[in-house]
Amino acid sequence: MSSEPTTRRAAYDRAQRRRAVGIATVSTVVVVVALVVVVPRTPGWGKVRQAFFDGDVFVDSFPRLLDAFLLDVRILVVSTPLILLVSLLVALARSVRSPALFPLKAFAVVYTDVFRGVPVILLMFLIGFGVPGLGIFSRTWSNPVIWGTVALVLSYSAYVAEIIRGGIDGVHESQRAGARSLGMTSHQTMRTVVLPLAFRNIVPPMMNSFVSLQKDVALVSVIGPVEILRQAGIDKAKFANFTPYVAASLIFLAITIPCTRLADHLLTRERRRTGATVIT
Amino acid sequence: MSDGADGASGGVRDRQPKLSLRGVRKRFGSTTVLDGIDLDVGLGDVITLIGASGSGKSTLLRCINLLEPIDDGVLLLDGVDIAEPGIDADPIRRRIGMVFQSFNLFPHMSVVDNVAIGPRKVLGTPKASARNNATALLDRLGLAERADAYPDQLSGGQQQRVAIARSLAMNPEVMLLDEITSALDPELVGEVLDVVRDLKADGMTMLFATHEMAFAREISDRVCFLHRGTILESGPPDHIFGSPSEPRTREFLQRVIDAGRL
Repeated sequence: MSSEPTTRRAAYDRAQRRRAVGIATVSTVVVVVALVVVVPRTPGWGKVRQAFFDGDVFVDSFPRLLDAFLLDVRILVVSTPLILLVSLLVALARSVRSPALFPLKAFAVVYTDVFRGVPVILLMFLIGFGVPGLGIFSRTWSNPVIWGTVALVLSYSAYVAEIIRGGIDGVHESQRAGARSLGMTSHQTMRTVVLPLAFRNIVPPMMNSFVSLQKDVALVSVIGPVEILRQAGIDKAKFANFTPYVAASLIFLAITIPCTRLADHLLTRERRRTGATVIT
Repeated sequence: MSDGADGASGGVRDRQPKLSLRGVRKRFGSTTVLDGIDLDVGLGDVITLIGASGSGKSTLLRCINLLEPIDDGVLLLDGVDIAEPGIDADPIRRRIGMVFQSFNLFPHMSVVDNVAIGPRKVLGTPKASARNNATALLDRLGLAERADAYPDQLSGGQQQRVAIARSLAMNPEVMLLDEITSALDPELVGEVLDVVRDLKADGMTMLFATHEMAFAREISDRVCFLHRGTILESGPPDHIFGSPSEPRTREFLQRVIDAGRL
């Protein structure tokens, strides 16, 4: 690429790029050196390191935390498809126009209003303690993990339903007109044109919700199950040290960061493939 | 060519018109957009609608395709009122093709899928044969090698030709063309108009709203000048463009000439 004869502009651009890379490198090195050299010399550093970054505690608690994290992952794996399903149904229920289905629409409106307005943790208490407390379910079904998951699904479905509805509303009327002019029914138009386009537009906010969900799974700990947050609390009490919380944070980050990057990557690739404008 | 100045200029036909409009009215809120339109379109006729922006050309086409419900009047397709309240619009729309100013292609589907999707979903054509037909149609419109591209990768002229192909794939009995060259760069207009010429040669019945006056003069069997939601004057192109009877038609054409468009 760089073998073509250089125009003045190309030479200028290259010089500018080299300059930018140079400046970025220098400033990064300065900051890193400052952190490595200066921070350990600050007066409180010893205490901070002891409380948050104790190597022995880290090594001791890490396997237990990872083990406990499997429960979080299980809850996540079960709740994500349920949330997608419920939220899609709610979003579609909100967009129905048939008068016979009005109760369904009203129900969807009330549902999103209520479950979006109530804090997840409150739902967790209400459903996680309340429902098993009714004593009408068998022992297996009184497991707080199940009802904690239900609370998450109910809460997140309300949010995601609104995202989907926004995506549906965001599809331009001309797309609908294009489909209807071919003789497609409103149902066919929704399925073949509106929903695929809506989903393309809502991937970023959906990913945002998915990352939130990954973290909010830890709220299940408030109703008892020993998942990662609770395990970290137990280890923190045992060692009288905060390192287990730091370790738990790292485990969360190891999942959430790659997830966001992957979503960005997939989205960019899809836009490139279909020739849509990519603004980076 | 010494035909009268009004809508009866199509001559006395013993056949019933393909499409017939009587007293069509359409309001948006308090604005009357169509104020009693009467129009007969015979089988194989090419009728152009000219007039200033906001004169009701697009709305008229959208109403005929039942994308907008009319407030009053009748729309007869082969003598059957398709604007009858409560009628199922979907089977009617598949008989009437529409091409839009802004193409309205489906950006998430490849070109061939854009063309094949109508027959597949609406007519239940099997995927393979729908795609074969689509490919043949694209070939006819000189788009064979762009079949696997996506709409956003095409030029405006190519996109509009795909939109025409998408509409033709349904074998429509009437085509409604809504300012199909207005969103195109001037050098791309020709390739789209060529397709319209071919359609006329094939005997397609067309209603064509346009600002391309030279082309309207060339291709039309009859030209309708719309003004404030009414057909103020209609007749053979030589009459409308040569010696229009209505002062408002003359004013409109003068403005078009002044703008260098005729």
